[in-house]
Amino acid sequence: MKFLDEYRDPGLAQKFVREIHRITTKPWKIMEVCGGQTHAIVKFGIDELLPKQIELIHGPGCPVCVTPLEVIDQALEIAARPDVIFTSFGDMLRVPGSTTDLLAVKAKGGDVRIIYSPLDAVKLAEQNPAKEVVFFGVGFETTAPATAMAIYQAAQKGLKNFSMLISHVLVPPAIEALMSSPNCQVQAFLAAGHVCTVMGYEEYFPLAKKYRVPIVVTGFEPLDILHGVLLTVQQLESGRAEVENQYARAVRREGNQPAQDLIKKVFKVVPRKWRGIGEIAQSGLGLSETYAAFDAARKFDLTDQCVEEPAECIAGLILQGLKKPNECPAFGSRCTPEHPFGATMVSSEGACAAYYRYRRQPESFKS
Amino acid sequence: MCLAIPGKVLSISGDDPLTRMGRIDFAGIVKQASLAYVPEVIAGDYVIVHVGFALSKVDEEEAQKVFGYLKQIGELEELKEPAP
Repeated sequence: MKFLDEYRDPGLAQKFVREIHRITTKPWKIMEVCGGQTHAIVKFGIDELLPKQIELIHGPGCPVCVTPLEVIDQALEIAARPDVIFTSFGDMLRVPGSTTDLLAVKAKGGDVRIIYSPLDAVKLAEQNPAKEVVFFGVGFETTAPATAMAIYQAAQKGLKNFSMLISHVLVPPAIEALMSSPNCQVQAFLAAGHVCTVMGYEEYFPLAKKYRVPIVVTGFEPLDILHGVLLTVQQLESGRAEVENQYARAVRREGNQPAQDLIKKVFKVVPRKWRGIGEIAQSGLGLSETYAAFDAARKFDLTDQCVEEPAECIAGLILQGLKKPNECPAFGSRCTPEHPFGATMVSSEGACAAYYRYRRQPESFKS
Repeated sequence: MCLAIPGKVLSISGDDPLTRMGRIDFAGIVKQASLAYVPEVIAGDYVIVHVGFALSKVDEEEAQKVFGYLKQIGELEELKEPAP
């Protein structure tokens, strides 16, 4: 496939690797924000090709991982209702709430359906006027244009049986929260390329300046990630802290204006709790007053329950880059993708799940 | 979750900018995607698609730059190699 295969060329990747080795003189800690990048890094072993001085810290950019336990519980409560068709992206189905998960609700007879696009949920609502169709609206800025359009079209069609349980999160406030933490060790960021296709990267200029960190908008293929690391290390080694765009084939500085316009129309910025991290001010999207009738939490009169995470889970430390998955005593034994304790093991894009899949030592290697 | 992949726009249907759809070829798999957010796109363009929505048009000139840069690195490396 054009624009995909050529970015996986091992020979060209080696050129970037050699150049990174050539210019690196000091230890640097670089955070890749997006879970998709974490997955690619661990899958292709990109971190193992880099000089020992460069540590890649896996960031909180996995919406499935950071969706709070109480919101999952709300989803489970709605999905179990006999009058509801509950729709979701596939990766939310195995995420455990405090007692069960969506797959189990489905097995017990709940009408839970995996859909590809939020627009499919709108179609289902049109086709099933006697049912309440609810979509689990989870995601970063990348996904927000799709959920915004679903709400907008549902409103235009006058659908009364469609609503959304929304747990949308935003990247820049999370970067700000990480950087302002006293424990922060991150010296530079690979910003999430697909978030920036929507939002552009002007939001990052004040962050780069305030915290004196290079921020490089980076794509998802191995060559993109290596190129992003190279640009970042060039900045770090020369004492610069600028915003650069590695992923220029897909990302424009101003982002996608029509998408931003609809996001602004349908949503408003709200405080949001991040699983494993806690509440971050102004870090989420909720429905604006005009579209409040499509809010499933309001429609089904759900209350925010405070739920405790398993005490043993160190997902919060992992999401802040303070620990690596294999430093957790429960990793791969008591905590697995089938029985995850917390945020970073639940999605294939979570750091723990990626390490479990690609980095686990075979039993025979263990002493 | 933010997985988005490039595909080639084969054809476009619909005149309403809000509901304009494209048939997109992802290496042989053809799927429909909304073109509501990429009004400038025409058949033959490549777009980045996420959950049924094209989010941006792939800029072919920018796409070539990384390979131009790699070529430069390669030439520099060759300069450094001792002459045979």
